[in-house]
Amino acid sequence: MADTSPAQNDAGAPVIVARGVRKHYGPIHAVDGVDLEIRSGELFGLIGHNGAGKSTMFKMMLGLIPQTAGEIRIDGAPVPGSDFRTVRRKVGYLPENVVLYDNLTGIETLDFFAKLKGVPSTQNGALLERVGLSHAGRRRVREYSKGMRQRLGFAQALLGKPRILFLDEPTTGLDPEAIRGFYAILRQLKSEGVTMVITSHILAEIQERVDRLSIMAAGKVQATGTVQALREQMDLPLWFDVRVAPEDFESVRNALGGLPVGAIEARDGHVAVQCARDAKMAVIAALATLNGKVRDLTVREPSLEDVFFGFSD
Amino acid sequence: MEFSQVATIAGKEFWDRIRNRWVLAVALVFTVFALSIAYFGSAQQGAVGFRSIEVTIASLVSLVIYLIPLIALVLGFDAIVGERERGSLDLLLSMPITRFELILGKYLGLAGALTFSTVAGFGLVGVVLSAQLDLNALFHYVGFMASSVLLGCAFLSLAVMLSVFAGDRTRASGAAIAMWFFFVLIFDLLVLGVLVVTAGQWGGEALPYVLLLNPADVFRILNIFTLEDVRTLYGLSTVFPPALAQPWLLGLVMLAWIAIPLAIATWRFRR
Repeated sequence: MADTSPAQNDAGAPVIVARGVRKHYGPIHAVDGVDLEIRSGELFGLIGHNGAGKSTMFKMMLGLIPQTAGEIRIDGAPVPGSDFRTVRRKVGYLPENVVLYDNLTGIETLDFFAKLKGVPSTQNGALLERVGLSHAGRRRVREYSKGMRQRLGFAQALLGKPRILFLDEPTTGLDPEAIRGFYAILRQLKSEGVTMVITSHILAEIQERVDRLSIMAAGKVQATGTVQALREQMDLPLWFDVRVAPEDFESVRNALGGLPVGAIEARDGHVAVQCARDAKMAVIAALATLNGKVRDLTVREPSLEDVFFGFSD
Repeated sequence: MEFSQVATIAGKEFWDRIRNRWVLAVALVFTVFALSIAYFGSAQQGAVGFRSIEVTIASLVSLVIYLIPLIALVLGFDAIVGERERGSLDLLLSMPITRFELILGKYLGLAGALTFSTVAGFGLVGVVLSAQLDLNALFHYVGFMASSVLLGCAFLSLAVMLSVFAGDRTRASGAAIAMWFFFVLIFDLLVLGVLVVTAGQWGGEALPYVLLLNPADVFRILNIFTLEDVRTLYGLSTVFPPALAQPWLLGLVMLAWIAIPLAIATWRFRR
């Protein structure tokens, strides 16, 4: 595991710590030696293919299944451990494809889970409003759409103002507007110091939003860090989109001659140039010599998806 | 153990059964059956109307011994496996609740619903019949109701145990039906078969104890042995030792039939 996170993210103390965690089902090593350190107030992403071990890792951190080996600590307390009630009152959990009880209304659902969590039900109305369900609180869950169920599940996870949130594919079934609203709530929670662990298959959605992330594959953490740090670590090439008039395409090609650039492709109204990360400034300098022929310039960083496939393949 | 957690789970299970009218439906079934048996039980002999409480209870026992185990098994077979298959179990277990509290809460809620239906259903009939019953007869009828509740609770406990062991709901329902066949139909035949094949040489002494291994038989004995007339009617007084024929002792055996499957279920669920 390579941790390439810059120092400015070291703000909080470690809240979730996993050391050498393994989960073996006979010959199958679902999780095979995972180390993680998630800090207070961090929005931490856990990404990986299906079967990479994310969900198993989640379930072990929640104490739903015991690890075969290794140590997990949530806020200092071992999991599983005798102090599990205290730990669980600090934790909110939104399972993947959350299943709630069809025969209960939204309000009754929150009342039920609030009782189990040992928190008063007085905040439930406000919680429903926060996730945008105040109009549907008296309707039965069986009448809810997938997105509404997901939002109710999220409200459930927020019961009792947890300090730590585990969110497994939380935006499944949400429309783009709801996804925006969801991340707005996460930002708010982050400002209140809540630590969050989130998994998602939609890498584009989380790449701009998580502080740090771990890429899991084959039961192991392949890399941990900020998206930018992982890009640098992978050393994936950048793309320049150089907008010039069609008659100037050749000038661009000439200006970049001799520089360590990869593909130079003439595309619809611009030239796409691939270059190594360390050649970035040299390319910009070369383009500057074109004296106003360049109408616009965009630098495209490799996406989290590119990084992900780089680490997990 | 935190009782509030048990009460929360139990309360949900109980009110679910009240709201979906399960309790009402089962209570009605009991009332209709009990009234029919009380008034038309001897129609085959050409008579209609209420006979003695002994005959009525004996007929009710024959009915209840089939019906209540079936109802209890259907009620409880998916208690845990249903949550697991729907996908709601992980969320429940992520709450500050132990697995024992969850099982106990589920059991108590369902047992409450079953008990409520049984007492309401047969109780209503008791009220209707009360004009024709003396205190002694009423006492027997209440005893019958109490033993019916115990019978239901014992089979419910077995059902909850199945729901922990079964991998999915389909298998759990299959196992519940198999369990009903075994205890209600096959067990007595097997015991009888062994007695006949060995011409009573083997197993005769142990018979009363063997019968305690089946909660349905315990229920039958409980009711028959408290009724003098029925006892001679069934000719059981010769095989059943008086030391065992104590209602409180048989009641304790029923309680064991409730506690042991629940304990096994908890042990398994924790693994």
